[in-house]
Amino acid sequence: MLYIWINIGSAGDVLEDDPVGRLKVFVYELPSKYNKKILQKDPRCLTHMFAAEIFMHRFLLSSPVRTLNPEEADWFYTPVYTTCDLTPNGLPLPFKSPRMMRSAIQLISSNWPYWNRTEGADHFFVVPHDFGACFHYQEEKAIERGILPLLQRATLVQTFGQRNHVCLKEGSITIPPYAPPQKMQAHLIPPDTPRSIFVYFRGLFYDVGNDPEGGYYARGARASVWENFKDNPLFDISTEHPTTYYEDMQRAVFCLCPLGWAPWSPRLVEGVIFGCIPVIIADDIVLPFADAIPWEEIGVFVAEKDVPKLDTILTSIPPEVILRKQRLLANPSMKQAMLFPQPAQPGDAFHQILNGLARKLPHDKSIYLKPGQKVLNWTAGPGGDLKPW
Amino acid sequence: MKLSALQNNRRSNSFRGVSPLDSSVDGSIKSPAAIFWLVLHGLCCLISLVLGFRFSRLVFLLLFSSTTTTPPTNLFSTANSFTETLSLHTSSPPNLNLTPLISQNGVVTSSGVVVGRHGILIRPWPHPNPSEVMKAHRIIERVQEEQRIQFGIKNPRTIIVVTPTYVRTFQTLHLTGVMHSLMLVPYDLVWIVVEAGGKTSETASILAKSGLRSIIHIGFNQRMPSSWGERRTTENQMRLRALRVVREQKLDGILMFADDSNMHSMELFDEIQKVNYIGALSVGILVHSGKSDELSSVIVIQKKDEVVGEENPSMPIQGPACNSSGQLIGWHTFNSLPYERKSAIYIDDRAPVLPSKLEWSGFVLNARLLWKDAEDRPEWVKDLDAVDRNSEGFESPLSLLKDTSVVEPLGSCGRKVMLWWLRVEARADSKFPSGWIIDPPLEMTVPAKRTPWPDAPPELPPDVKVVNVEEHAEKRPTRTRSSRSKHRSKRKREARVAADVSAKHSVEN
Repeated sequence: MLYIWINIGSAGDVLEDDPVGRLKVFVYELPSKYNKKILQKDPRCLTHMFAAEIFMHRFLLSSPVRTLNPEEADWFYTPVYTTCDLTPNGLPLPFKSPRMMRSAIQLISSNWPYWNRTEGADHFFVVPHDFGACFHYQEEKAIERGILPLLQRATLVQTFGQRNHVCLKEGSITIPPYAPPQKMQAHLIPPDTPRSIFVYFRGLFYDVGNDPEGGYYARGARASVWENFKDNPLFDISTEHPTTYYEDMQRAVFCLCPLGWAPWSPRLVEGVIFGCIPVIIADDIVLPFADAIPWEEIGVFVAEKDVPKLDTILTSIPPEVILRKQRLLANPSMKQAMLFPQPAQPGDAFHQILNGLARKLPHDKSIYLKPGQKVLNWTAGPGGDLKPW
Repeated sequence: MKLSALQNNRRSNSFRGVSPLDSSVDGSIKSPAAIFWLVLHGLCCLISLVLGFRFSRLVFLLLFSSTTTTPPTNLFSTANSFTETLSLHTSSPPNLNLTPLISQNGVVTSSGVVVGRHGILIRPWPHPNPSEVMKAHRIIERVQEEQRIQFGIKNPRTIIVVTPTYVRTFQTLHLTGVMHSLMLVPYDLVWIVVEAGGKTSETASILAKSGLRSIIHIGFNQRMPSSWGERRTTENQMRLRALRVVREQKLDGILMFADDSNMHSMELFDEIQKVNYIGALSVGILVHSGKSDELSSVIVIQKKDEVVGEENPSMPIQGPACNSSGQLIGWHTFNSLPYERKSAIYIDDRAPVLPSKLEWSGFVLNARLLWKDAEDRPEWVKDLDAVDRNSEGFESPLSLLKDTSVVEPLGSCGRKVMLWWLRVEARADSKFPSGWIIDPPLEMTVPAKRTPWPDAPPELPPDVKVVNVEEHAEKRPTRTRSSRSKHRSKRKREARVAADVSAKHSVEN
């Protein structure tokens, strides 16, 4: 007898799929030096934009998709906080992350048989750093290193996404950077406040510390925005840090989201939450949950070479299209999908990650290796990575 | 922004050595080779100094990068383009094109986006295109309209505005103010203008400039008296006349009273849409003394049976008073005791002009309350005819009610002041050019004693100089610049404005 199971989603909207019941995740118990102790050393990790790795761990520990029986698990999660080694300024240093990851994988491969069974093909890791599992903040170095060899077969959940880039492997799940939900909720203004700013942006245009002449930072796109539009009254752009940043975004029609040193930015999340149409200036970028969220219909994509014509492009969008984008942005499930609330709520980013993982099921039979078969090269990579952590 | 802030402290010394050359440079270099590199590097530095960009990187990358696929044809164009500044600044130095990716199918796909130095694209004409600016403003307007539709008042009702007026020097000043406020109101409007002394073309011409669609201009047979007390009565009668029009024509909507010298904020018109039957607003009272100094100050809060007095050096407010649960319990009215002897009686007295206890402008009515035989009229409303037997007018709309507790307090229970009351008028005998058009043009001009123009001739004799008629365009004595002293012109049409407005100017001199 053939049973045909029909999945009745809610109005066919993929964002509202409920992952519970569609997958089982087993969470490895790692010693606290991989997670808790690191967090204790620096609690700032809970509020910076890379906090998704910590909150994902906490969510999975108490989620209904968690199973304590690894035999029935579809996916395996390794809680290692690789983005929590912070400088005094709060920026994560990725230099020890490859060693940390390697050490964690060595642990799970020796204490449990599941890694060796598939060499990680049914494991997933959260790597929210600038260039994901390439573990470097500088693009050229990151590309040189490439994705950590041990993670070649695993599924990576990362914020970085750029097409045809070494650091984005096929099958990765792109997630939004962490933005504090309570802080954003606290700055909401009445929705009937008229939107009177045409284009809004606050941030650096030139990174004077590292790239004083410009041209490297943001591939020159941010500098181009500044040089072309600093005197244009329609563009409210500056490098200030106003206290009314969130309120201003709610009074703007368009919010620029240009790339920086990496293509992704929390501005996208902020734009979606505050109903400001994101203008994405980052060639070949892969946006979060691109298979569930129709970014083409919500945001405006501008090629980096078209930045001098930005005002022409934005003013030539017909008003009906703009109103439609605003209506789509106002959809609460869209906003929910960008957030990592505590405790977790239905439809939030945690659930979208699980949905993404669930969509990759069932695993192809070929991932299961024959006993003794080895695919990964455990000694690949720069020599410094091989040192124990 | 945040991302770049992230990178700030870490890129201190590693940045220059990014090209693949460096990895081969440090290592085993013998000294002659090192000297050679040093000399070459120095040479390149000098060239860079001249050209203005990092020449050495260019050369090294060209010579030593083995995987580059970008053609070096634009090398020479970049050297040239740096000397011209007119053309588009698209310098495209050789980029570090990286080893192509091999995807899972074995197909080689190379990245379309290259890492390395990119030019900063600047368009030659930096200024915004005015038609695009207009398009942007239209977009913003459309967005705001949509916001109003979604979050603003649903089913807005017509607003019926009643304004008593009469022709005098300050009429244009006051009426234009009210008119501009009404022109901005986003709802349907009916403006009933009642003019004392009959309809005149002066008023009609001012009203015609508004472009408002429904204006009902009514003449009222009496002239406006010159004492403030009698004026109040006449104004009340005029308002009553307007109420009769509403009743006869069965106008539907929200009735509000906009005296022509009052100031209204736009939020007022949004707020009054909330009224059910009769609402009360807080009115800020601008009472000023004849001297150009302090404003008056006392607020008296009258609760039901108590009288509590407070001294507050702030602006007095007339309006509803509520308890903590937002219910109306009484009224803030104007305490005229401090002004016993000092208030103005005639319009040109240099003394404070006081409002009545509760001004009409602070009340908003549902127009249906005035209709004859409206079925859904509540019992606590008296019929208009019943109240006004002798057409004498009544003090405030509260006289229409049997029970004043049904009044709805608006503007978060009177805490928000959205309208201000003021009475400022010119002297009774002041004259002004009709329609404010000076025709025929003035013949005489008098030089100012203190002129700001640097090339003006030195101190002129104080007698009157006759200047040609054609030059009237520049010399208009009616324009009062603060640096000019008051001048006397022999022309009768000169308005001698004795109100405090000009007094202030003379003080600033």
